[in-house]
Amino acid sequence: MHSTGFTVMFAAAVCGVCSIFVSGSAVLLKDRQEQNKVLDRQTKVLTVAGLMDEGDSLGRAEVQKLFEGNITAVVVDLKSGQPAEGVDAATFDQKKAAKDPATSEVAPENDAKVPRIPHNALLYQVKEGDTIKLLVLPIEGKGLWSTLYGFLALEADSNTVAGITFYQHGETPGLGGEVDNPSWKARWPGRKAFDADWNPKIEVLKGAAGSVEDAPYNVDGLSGATITSRGVTHLVRFWLGEHGFGPYLTRYRSTLANK
Amino acid sequence: MSKEREAVIDPLFNNNPIALQVLGICSALAVTTKMETAVVMSLAVIGVLIFSNLAVSAIRNHIPPSIRIIVQLTIIASLVIITDQILKAFVYDISKQLSVFVGLIITNCIIMERSEAFAMQNGLKLSFWDAIGNGAGYSIVLLVVAFVRELFGTGKLFGVTILKPVTEGGWYVPNGLMVLAPAAFFLIGGFIWAVRAWKPEQNEEDFSAGALLELSHEGDLR
Repeated sequence: MHSTGFTVMFAAAVCGVCSIFVSGSAVLLKDRQEQNKVLDRQTKVLTVAGLMDEGDSLGRAEVQKLFEGNITAVVVDLKSGQPAEGVDAATFDQKKAAKDPATSEVAPENDAKVPRIPHNALLYQVKEGDTIKLLVLPIEGKGLWSTLYGFLALEADSNTVAGITFYQHGETPGLGGEVDNPSWKARWPGRKAFDADWNPKIEVLKGAAGSVEDAPYNVDGLSGATITSRGVTHLVRFWLGEHGFGPYLTRYRSTLANK
Repeated sequence: MSKEREAVIDPLFNNNPIALQVLGICSALAVTTKMETAVVMSLAVIGVLIFSNLAVSAIRNHIPPSIRIIVQLTIIASLVIITDQILKAFVYDISKQLSVFVGLIITNCIIMERSEAFAMQNGLKLSFWDAIGNGAGYSIVLLVVAFVRELFGTGKLFGVTILKPVTEGGWYVPNGLMVLAPAAFFLIGGFIWAVRAWKPEQNEEDFSAGALLELSHEGDLR
């Protein structure tokens, strides 16, 4: 029979050894994990911007080169649409900012079920020389089970959709999870996001929408995933609207007109 | 048959952790929509199982009986966290798909059961082979289920199109049921039925209502 003292010592020793292994692995692998996260995000931005093909596995260095050569990250103040001052785009974490009461606010009730809106948001400009070719906006909102996180790319007219992609969601594989299906994503480019008065109008339908010419504002629904499809409509409209990137896009268009 | 061989071969079909012992079902439902995730999950479980069996076996003679379960759990939990970290560092995409289910290896009854029922009584070498055998037994079921679910649910295997679905201009209409969790229930049920049809000695004794009634008449229902 073991004494109480031995039992306590034994428990402490097991905990000590285990914690060394756990913290050791966490510390040793942290850099690699962080790099993976950044790389994953950059890959998604490049894919939605059409600079990289879906499923292409480029090396780390190539992705970084492609990213730095073409894309500028900008942090904007969502309300004013102006570039945010004193915020470093390289370290800005929008998800964290949206959680912190000091850097975000409770969202008004919305169909996309976005709970909080950050004061500042990170977007990407794809440039050729000094001209902006594409705007890549982060989007998020509720589907059926989960919050979908992704990017929407708009062409320089800030109206034509260039692409959409989601990098994190927990929708049913094969149904709502088909938001990852390349052939569905291929239905988006060319559609118009806004109506003539610059209200977000794009909609994911139930069933087939038809060609870009026939149905400029509509995208095919995901079969068997009505709620996810509706969620995508809501979240895209929300982030293009007045509480999302609306003010920024208005400002952007006025600078275009002045040129 | 040597003891080592028995420790490896036995859990494959005779004493399969999922089919006979009906353990570890929940992860078998969750990660089997694709072959890729099933393979990585299998490897992760085998890895955790080997190291937990080895660690428990190595200190089995010193563990105070009163805290043995929590000691085993601490070891298993640590190993699972390490596995999760490794997956995140080296196969980021797949670890994203597995998400919480890697963490849930901790609650996979197979691992706890093997360390408590086997590694606590046996030496390092046997415990190692036992881990391999049980890990493989778990993997077989996972891979069979994932094979059927991915092939008939999406027409693909390892993400490569085998049966071209109609949505991409082919002829195959994907079976939507296959990608939902209930399909895994049916398949695992089918697997258990197949194994027991092949090895009838695995059937539980018949405790039908009639048998109970007979026993009670004899006053022997204790």
